[in-house]
Amino acid sequence: MTWFSIIVSGIVTYFSRMAMVALIDRDMLGTKVKEVLNYVPAAVFPAIIFPGVFFTDFGLLVEITDPKIYGAIVALVVGFYSRSVIATIVSGLLSYWFIIFFLLR
Amino acid sequence: MLSKSKIFFKGIVAVLPHMLSVIPFGIITGAIGIELGFDPILVYATSLIIFGGASQIIFMQLLSGGASSLVAITSVGVINSRHLLYGAVLSEYLEKLSFIKKLLISYFIVDQGFAESNKYIKQNKNLSNPHYYVLGTGITLWFCWQLSTISGIILGSFIPDELGLKFAIPLTFLAIIVNDLRKLDHVFVMLVSGFASLILFNAPFKSYIILSPIVALIAAFIMLRFKK
Repeated sequence: MTWFSIIVSGIVTYFSRMAMVALIDRDMLGTKVKEVLNYVPAAVFPAIIFPGVFFTDFGLLVEITDPKIYGAIVALVVGFYSRSVIATIVSGLLSYWFIIFFLLR
Repeated sequence: MLSKSKIFFKGIVAVLPHMLSVIPFGIITGAIGIELGFDPILVYATSLIIFGGASQIIFMQLLSGGASSLVAITSVGVINSRHLLYGAVLSEYLEKLSFIKKLLISYFIVDQGFAESNKYIKQNKNLSNPHYYVLGTGITLWFCWQLSTISGIILGSFIPDELGLKFAIPLTFLAIIVNDLRKLDHVFVMLVSGFASLILFNAPFKSYIILSPIVALIAAFIMLRFKK
């Protein structure tokens, strides 16, 4: 039964990857739709970022003192000015670790 | 004109920084599967067959918690439906490929690979073989994901929990969009998506992952009408 679930989940996931690329003709999308599609990264990724920062593992809102919030702010500022993926991730992690290992101990 | 292999290589280089979060996440995914009591082969099969980080963890958690197959499959489908949006964007660049090549390249469409490809191809509009960039990002992410989940399966969670490496996941995605904070219209769409995700977080089947982008894209559509 588990194998069955994995295979069906795999087919569903593959379909989500393939459907728009292989089955839809680009000309079927109007210019308005194409304009809106420019915002796909801006529309998708915050829905992963916000819960990752503002919710605990148990789905509760974090407190305003939560280290994740400050790590994210540091990453945001560093990323904005450096335009570097590595600098964004590393600065966020390091400031987060600094808070949990030094400030909160 | 850049050769195919150079474009492929550029794709590889573009996603390498994201390994800072992809590799720990892969290790955690493998280790969680084993902790939940699944057979190592089954845990690995989720990486090979489903190939989608968060959805694999939730899939295994649901099944081990006694949820029905239908619930587990639906959740995976809902979480991964965001690829439809990636595909819609990428279809423009992959248009000229044969049907078979489209079917093959689709397997390698992943969040970070999509984001980096989209960024690069938009900046280099007259690229003759943009799909090599997509492949470079996708295959690199695929290999690292397979290897890191395998090491998580074999070695268990050798990364201490206290490090809170889960936090690297929002950071990778932040790194992807942080440059677009220079554009107010994008900031507006990001805020709509972010706040929608907080409000919709407890919706069934983790559907906030697709509902929030839809809300944000509708907001973008309305915004574009007012701009004109």
